[in-house]
Amino acid sequence: MTTDFKETAPGADPVAIAERDQEHGAGPILKLQGVGKRFPGVVALRNVTFEIERGEGHVLLGENGAGKSTLINLLGGLFPPDEGSIWFNGEPYRPASPFEAFSKGIRVVHQELNLLSNLTVAENLLFEQLPSRRGLVNFREMNRRAAELLAEVGLDISPSTVVSRLGVAQMQLVEIAKALAHESKLLVLDEPTATLTSKEVDRLFEILHRLKERKVTTLYISHRLQEIYEVGDRVTVLRDGQHVTTRPLQGLVIPDIVRLMVGRTIADQGVFREDIQPSGEALAVDDLRLTETSPSISFSVRKGEIVGIAGLVGSGRTEAVRAIFGADPKASGTVRVGGRVVTIASPKDAVAAGICLMTEDRKQQGLLLDMSCAENITITDLKRLSRRGLLDRTTENAASETLVASLRVKTPTIFHKVGTFSGGNQQKVVIAKWLYRGSSALICDEPTRGIDVGAKAEIYELMGRLAAEGRGILVVSSDLPELMSICHRILVFSNGRIAGEVPRAEFDQNRILSLAYEEYGRARGN
Amino acid sequence: MPEGTESASERKTATVWDNFLRISMREAGVAIALVIIVVFFSATAPYFATPENFLKIFVQIAINTVLAAGMTFVILTGGIDLSVGSVLALCTVVGATIMVREDLSPWTSIPLALLACMATGAACGAVNGWVCEKWKLPSFIVTLGMLNVASGLARVVSDNSTITGLPQPFVDFGNQIYFGVLPSIFLIAIIVVLIGWFILRFTVFGRFVFAIGTNEEAVRLSGHNPRIFKIAVFTLSGLTAGIAAMVFLLRLNVGSPIAGIGYELNAIAAVIIGGTSLSGGKGSIIGTLVGACILQVLATGLQLLGAEDNVKPIVIGTVIVLAVVLDTYRNRLLRNLESR
Repeated sequence: MTTDFKETAPGADPVAIAERDQEHGAGPILKLQGVGKRFPGVVALRNVTFEIERGEGHVLLGENGAGKSTLINLLGGLFPPDEGSIWFNGEPYRPASPFEAFSKGIRVVHQELNLLSNLTVAENLLFEQLPSRRGLVNFREMNRRAAELLAEVGLDISPSTVVSRLGVAQMQLVEIAKALAHESKLLVLDEPTATLTSKEVDRLFEILHRLKERKVTTLYISHRLQEIYEVGDRVTVLRDGQHVTTRPLQGLVIPDIVRLMVGRTIADQGVFREDIQPSGEALAVDDLRLTETSPSISFSVRKGEIVGIAGLVGSGRTEAVRAIFGADPKASGTVRVGGRVVTIASPKDAVAAGICLMTEDRKQQGLLLDMSCAENITITDLKRLSRRGLLDRTTENAASETLVASLRVKTPTIFHKVGTFSGGNQQKVVIAKWLYRGSSALICDEPTRGIDVGAKAEIYELMGRLAAEGRGILVVSSDLPELMSICHRILVFSNGRIAGEVPRAEFDQNRILSLAYEEYGRARGN
Repeated sequence: MPEGTESASERKTATVWDNFLRISMREAGVAIALVIIVVFFSATAPYFATPENFLKIFVQIAINTVLAAGMTFVILTGGIDLSVGSVLALCTVVGATIMVREDLSPWTSIPLALLACMATGAACGAVNGWVCEKWKLPSFIVTLGMLNVASGLARVVSDNSTITGLPQPFVDFGNQIYFGVLPSIFLIAIIVVLIGWFILRFTVFGRFVFAIGTNEEAVRLSGHNPRIFKIAVFTLSGLTAGIAAMVFLLRLNVGSPIAGIGYELNAIAAVIIGGTSLSGGKGSIIGTLVGACILQVLATGLQLLGAEDNVKPIVIGTVIVLAVVLDTYRNRLLRNLESR
C-alpha cells in the first residue's frame, strides 16, 4: 500500500510534489494518509488521515485507548503501520527503528520515561552523541553541554547526578532536555506535564515558544485541557482509533473539546459527594519523621473523607505516604488506623492494618505486567481463595470477573495480561486489587496520572463511592483542580512539611499554591 | 442485558480453547523439538531406537532432572543456584557415611540417610537464600560461594575419600527396572517433577514464585514479604540437590566429595532449553523435564552416530543457544495467540 504512489498519474506524482515541497519548505511537515494499525485483538488506528503544518503547535487529543500512543509509536519508529502511508517533510516516512526516526528529525518524548537509570544525567542527555576524542569520552565537554541543557529546562541539579536518584518530575525534565540536545524538525511530547508542577509547566511552555520561533513543529499530547491553549495552534482529536477532527484551537472551548473526545458531554461538576458526612477517625499520623532531622508531619483522615495532599513535586508528598505505608523506612512516628495504634515496618504490616497504597508508578510498582488481570487482582489476598495452600481458581475467576465488571475494566477476558491494557484500565486493575483486599484507609498517589478525561471521571466517582462506604481516602496529586473538585480538605506540603491545611469552603488555587511555595521562599532567605 | 450475557458465554469458550492452545504451545514447543531429535536419531543412529538404549537414557537423565526441577523454581523467581553440584557431592558423602555404618540395620540407615541428605541439602539452600536476602546480594555470587564451601565440607566429611559398601537392599533398589524400560531412579525423578508441577500450578506458593519473578517490588507493595518466598525457593533447590544425591547413590553406589562437578550447569541448561526465562516470571517445570531429555538424547545419539567426544559439547552448546533463539520466536507466536 505504501508503494502505491509510484503507480499514480505523472501529473499528480506525489514524489515530484514532495520534492517541490521539500525544496520550498512548503507543504505540511507531516501527512498521514489512511493510516491503520491493528494489534491482536484490537484495531488501534483505523483510516487516520490528517496533516501537521510546518512550524505549528499541533495538539493531539483523545481518551485513553483512542490511539494516541499508537500514533506516536508509529512516528517514533517503534513499529510500522499496517496500512496507509505517512509522509514526513515531503518524503515517504517509514522508519525501521527509533534511531532512524530520530535521524530523520522526529524526536519523541514518551510518556514512559526511557532514561538509563544507572548513568549520570549528562550521559543520558548526550547519549546519542557523546562528545569524544578517539573513542574516549570528553567528560568536561559533556558536563558543560549537559549543564546548558539543564539550565534551559530550569532544572537545578548537577549533570553528574545518577538518574536513579532523581524524582519522577526531574526525570521528565531530563527527558525534555534530552530532546532539546539535538535539533529536530518535529518534536513529539507525550504527556510531558503529567508529573510536573505549574512552575515547571510554565518553564516548559517558555521552551516550546522558543522552539516555535526556531520553526520547530511540535506535536503535543496532554490530558490537561487547560494548558493546550498555551502551546497549540490546531488540534486533532482521535476517538476509538479514528480521526474525529483537525481544526484550529481558536474559538474552541474545553466543553466542546471534551465532547469531541468522548462523543458525549461529561459533567465536570457533581463529582464531590455532598451527601457524605465524615465521622470518626480512619487514619491518623502523628509526628512522622522520615529522618531524624526532617520536619514532623501530623494529620488525620476521617471515615468517609477524601483528603488531598498538594505540593510541588519533591515536596515530600510521595515520600511521606510511602513511609506511612511502610514502603520506605521512617525515623519515627505513630500511625493509627480506626483509632488503634498500629506498628508498620513493611507494606505487609500496613495492608494487614487496613491501609493500602496505590503507587504513583503503576507499571513498575503496582502491577505484574506479564501476568493476567485476574492474577493481578487477587495477588493482594491469596489466602482468601485458597485452602491449605491450594488455589481455588473458580473462586479467583469469579471474584475477578465481578470486580472487572463493577469497575468497567475494558478487557476481552480476565486472562489477558495487564501489560497490554491502556493506562486508565491498568489503574482500574490497581484499584480492583485493593478493593479485593478490602481496607479502611486508601492512599492514592497520583491516581489519574496519564489517564483520559472519561476514565478520570470514573475514578473520581469510584473514590466517592469508596469514601461513602466509610473508608478514609488520602489523595496525592499534582493536578490542583482535581484535588479541589473531589476533596473535603487539602493538606499542602512544602519542602517536607505541611505548610497548611485548607478546608473545602476556602479552596482557592492561589492560596494553595502560595502555601506550596512558602517553605522554598523561606529557604532562599526571604 | 442480553448482549452482555452472550458475549460472556462466548468469552468462556474462547478462553478454554485459547488456554488449550496456549498451554500446548508453551509445553509443546520444546516437546516437538524433542520428538524431532528422537526421530532423527532413530532413523540415523544404529541401536538408538531400542528399549535398552531408552533405558540407558532414562537412567542417565534422572540426576539432572531432579536438580533441574529445583533449579526451575529458583530461575522462575529471577535467581540462579550455582551450588547444586557441590551440595549434591556433600549430600552423597553424608548419605553414604550413614548407610555404611554397620551398627545400623539397612532399614534404619536408608531412611535416615534419605532424611540426612534432604536436610543437608535444604540447609545449604536455606543458607543461600538467607544470605542473599539478608544482605541483598545477587544469588549468583552467594551460590558461587556455596559451591566452594559445600565442596570443601564434602571433603572434610568424607576425609577426602570415596565411600563405598552401601547396603545391598539399597543397591538392589537402584538397579530395579519396572515394565522393562522404567528404572527406579527415573521414576523418582518423574515424581519430583510432578510434585514441582503441582506446586507451581496449584498452590499459593507457586503463584508467588511467578509473581516475584515478574515484579518483586509490586509483590512487596501488595503487602507481602517476597524474601520469605525467595529463601523458600533456595531451600527447595537445596532439597532437590539432596534428593538428587540419593539418586546418585542409587545409580553409582558410591559417595564422593568430587561428585557433581559441573552438574549445576547441566541443570541450568535443561531449565533454559525447557523455555524458562532467566529473568524470571516465565517458564514451566514440564519444559525443564523435556529440556533434560533433549540434552541426554543429543549426547547419546551423537555417541551412537560415532561422533568424537570433542564434537559432542560443540553440538550441545549450540543447541542450548539455539533453544533460546527459537524461544523468542515461540513467544512472539504465543503473544499473537493470546490476544486473539
